Amino acid sequence: MYGKGLRSLSIVTVAAMALALSLVFFYAPLEAEQGFLQKIFYIHVPLAIIALCGFVVGALFAIAHLRTRDSSWDMRSYVTIHMSLIFAVGALITGSIWAKGSWGHWWVWNEPTLVSFLIVFLLYATYQPLRFAIEDPERQSRYASVFAITAGAFVPMNFIAVRLSTAYLHPRVLGGTSNLPGSMRLTFMVSLAAVTLLFVTMCKYELTAKHTRAQVRALRRRLVGEDGSPARRGRTAVPAVGTQAAGRSGL
Amino acid sequence: MSAVLVLAEVPALPLNEAGKYVAAAYIVLVIIILIYVSIMAIRLSRIERELGELLELSGAPKPEPEPAALAAHQESTPA
Repeated sequence: MYGKGLRSLSIVTVAAMALALSLVFFYAPLEAEQGFLQKIFYIHVPLAIIALCGFVVGALFAIAHLRTRDSSWDMRSYVTIHMSLIFAVGALITGSIWAKGSWGHWWVWNEPTLVSFLIVFLLYATYQPLRFAIEDPERQSRYASVFAITAGAFVPMNFIAVRLSTAYLHPRVLGGTSNLPGSMRLTFMVSLAAVTLLFVTMCKYELTAKHTRAQVRALRRRLVGEDGSPARRGRTAVPAVGTQAAGRSGL
Repeated sequence: MSAVLVLAEVPALPLNEAGKYVAAAYIVLVIIILIYVSIMAIRLSRIERELGELLELSGAPKPEPEPAALAAHQESTPA
């Protein structure tokens, strides 16, 4: 079942978030150049990293779907990408707030890291409409998986291309953690772990909710005799998951 | 003392100015989580309603409320 271990995972996530926030505000020292404003990085950078990693994980789930034809992998891919988009919105907003405080502008168009992240975000923003545009569940899941794999391959390529570019205007946190003092590195790592746990917990909640809804629909079909045809299901971007396969294992 | 001198020299934003940006960034995170929890609550209530309908359709008797919930309900109900 998707909901297995959800309670303990939720407790661990809340504890990790509380620990991370405590470290950020009471343990990590003020950074010499940025001062108090640098505290934003402990939430902005993990959000951005997890969002990008989520897109890649979504692509891996899509590969598993195309290989096995098991619709539960499509559901995992859909939920991971959906959640990554939410985290990406968080990264964009917190990044803009930091930019306003530090640079005096909400957005800087000639900064490669910012623009490349926005391009990745906009690319994945088309995933949901793509699914919605295809009514047949089988074709929808196949096309969505192909999209997830192609876009997922684009994410690391995009990341490397920005790293190789000569303009290093955006502060480097990942890869530069060896230059951070021990207390700052520890705080950053705990924040990253906490945001990762938050991502996994939210994905599991989403999967459990979708699986429960699928089970209720299956029960309704059994009791009322409604058919599960696409026409009956209506147009939706959510993958059609069989209640047997969906709950076989967790995330 | 040296740390204070360093902080006095660096071009860091003063706490009263940077504080609003840091607060805003963390409030964004809280809002995202709150919106998600609200959406989950709406979904849960929908599933509960559907299950209630299905229970009525199946003709099964409604489940008895738990003793603790029943006692709380009786306490809150005026005589």
